Amino acid sequence: MQNVVILQARKWFSRSLSSFSSNPLKVCVVGSGPAGFYTAEKMLKAHQQAQVDIIDRLPTPFGLVRSGVAPDHPETKIVINQFSRVAQHEQCSFLGNVTLGSSISLSELRKLYHVVVLAYGAESDRSLGIPGESLKGIYSAREFVWWYNGHPDGRNLDPDLKNTDAAVILGQGNVALDVARILLRPTAELATTDIANYALAALEESSIRKVYLVGRRGPAQAACTAKELREILGIRNVDISIQEVDLRLTPADEEELKSNRIKRRVHELLSKAAAKPRTAGLNQRELHFVFFRKPDSFQESEDRTGHVSGVHFEKTVLKGDGPGKQIAIGTGEFEDIKCGLVLKSIGYKSVPVDGLPFDHKKGIVPNFRGRVLSDTSGDPTLLEEGLYVCGWLKRGPTGIVATNLHCAEETVLSISEDIEKGMLISSAALPKPGREGLLQLLQDRDVRIVSFSDWEKIDSEEKRLGSSRNKPREKLSTWDELHKAALE
Amino acid sequence: MLSSRLPRLGPWIAKRLFTRNYASIYRGRYNQSTRNRFLQPPAFQQLSLNKLYNGAMIGKHNFLSTTSNEGNEQKETISVTFVDKDGEEQHIRVPVGMSMLEAAHENDIELEGACEGSLACSTCHVIVMDVEYYNKLEDPTDEENDMLDLAFGLSETSRLGCQVIAKPELDGIRLAIPAATRNFAVDGYVPKPH
Repeated sequence: MQNVVILQARKWFSRSLSSFSSNPLKVCVVGSGPAGFYTAEKMLKAHQQAQVDIIDRLPTPFGLVRSGVAPDHPETKIVINQFSRVAQHEQCSFLGNVTLGSSISLSELRKLYHVVVLAYGAESDRSLGIPGESLKGIYSAREFVWWYNGHPDGRNLDPDLKNTDAAVILGQGNVALDVARILLRPTAELATTDIANYALAALEESSIRKVYLVGRRGPAQAACTAKELREILGIRNVDISIQEVDLRLTPADEEELKSNRIKRRVHELLSKAAAKPRTAGLNQRELHFVFFRKPDSFQESEDRTGHVSGVHFEKTVLKGDGPGKQIAIGTGEFEDIKCGLVLKSIGYKSVPVDGLPFDHKKGIVPNFRGRVLSDTSGDPTLLEEGLYVCGWLKRGPTGIVATNLHCAEETVLSISEDIEKGMLISSAALPKPGREGLLQLLQDRDVRIVSFSDWEKIDSEEKRLGSSRNKPREKLSTWDELHKAALE
Repeated sequence: MLSSRLPRLGPWIAKRLFTRNYASIYRGRYNQSTRNRFLQPPAFQQLSLNKLYNGAMIGKHNFLSTTSNEGNEQKETISVTFVDKDGEEQHIRVPVGMSMLEAAHENDIELEGACEGSLACSTCHVIVMDVEYYNKLEDPTDEENDMLDLAFGLSETSRLGCQVIAKPELDGIRLAIPAATRNFAVDGYVPKPH
């Protein structure tokens, strides 16, 4: 009982520093995707007087919800309503057009705020490191997704969809399925989504008839989930090709499926699809699921120098210590798939900034439950005070929107614990400039901030343009168009 | 015990001292094998909560309805209890035909609903605490199962709150809102798909 009273008194004292003094807790969240917004929401709930600023290098908020979720998945974007309510909270500000590393450095940000949470995700790609990877016609799925979603950095990708009838997609996760589906879906169905207009035009003229989804391992290891698989297997006018022999399960596979509901249901769907009789020729397009093939090199076209004409694969078998640890080993047998477009969907990768400890092997910031560690040794006592991470930058580039809900809970819990333990007292007791300081600094550097109400102008304009074309919105996809709509 | 009466007597102080914060020493880790621990809320809360609700709720047949009889129209309601991740219970009345997600939001219960009931997420995941009630629900569709695949803390009696619709047979149903942080970064952690 006594302990309870003492503990409560201490909590009351330390919380008073952030709660009801004239010295509110100043928090800056870098990145306005799900990780950033869930973090902001939970910070505001846990610390009633805190001021939370969310910065993003784009003039548009919402991260991958806007630029990653496929155009034909509008329900997944509904969470934007919740995020907008957070941005409109009187103690929260969205500040777009502010780039960490160029508009402001990490150390400057840490001087302005008591707490900095990095939630800027993963804007780069893993590479295969095999010959021919830089040939034309080979893109990362991330770039392709940015392209059809109207991201200003993807707008000029200009993939050539007219020189070939085949596309190879490396990887079998949900992103791979997304890009396959966009290539195969009848364009009339895409025309009423928020797909970028130039991408729709390119797809309408596309000559791609065959799409190969290629994985190094087997169906039991495919990373996609049931909803997306069910959807792509049901696309109109598409023939599905899966080899029944690939679906045979080894004892290790059976073990993996036994404890994994997701994989079990995926395997069931693939088995059903493999058993269906093929109606080859009747359908205009084909989707091939190819398993146990590891890309060895990319082949250059003889007619078009510098352009890809096929992928040279090595057949694989699985070896491993046990379920969940099976890896693909080359067998020395090879096979080619001819194609004019390759999309690598093998994983995103985060980008470090100056002054930020980074684990290059894992591609994340070393952290302990969201608290940034000073180095990659894993020693949880070497902490970077006041610096936290959330989302893909913390966990690696996996998970869905909802995964960030729980990720944010953990990071915000760490922050609250640190405040209560007095680990942030040294700075929390001192007032920090926070938003005023940031705005002043950015003004001195001529950075034109896009506020949330500026974004709402972009939003209205996109909806207005979309309504005349029977689309929910027509995305503004160049920096110029975005700035014009926001700031004029 | 003074410390347990304070929350009810001094809302302002109480808010500062007793806000339902994860940092509270009373927060335990929610995990399947110790689920029963959460059926009994922490001691200091139980005292006050029970005093408030034991009087009002008499068994399953709650004739003390909180919905007013407006004129001749009395919407049939059922009693639903939400148990949050700290074990706190909230008893509400839900009109027949309303989803549990909607009911939670109308009563300020913290149940996430990212896709607002369009079967495109798993954030409104609830666990039906009593198997008899779980069996009274219609089987989940493929679409709901696809989303349940991805839910944190999935159990044998898990459902999406937006798909559980109030009907008379569900009167007295208890739904637990799962805690999520236990799913993080432990050895053998399997990365979630995206």
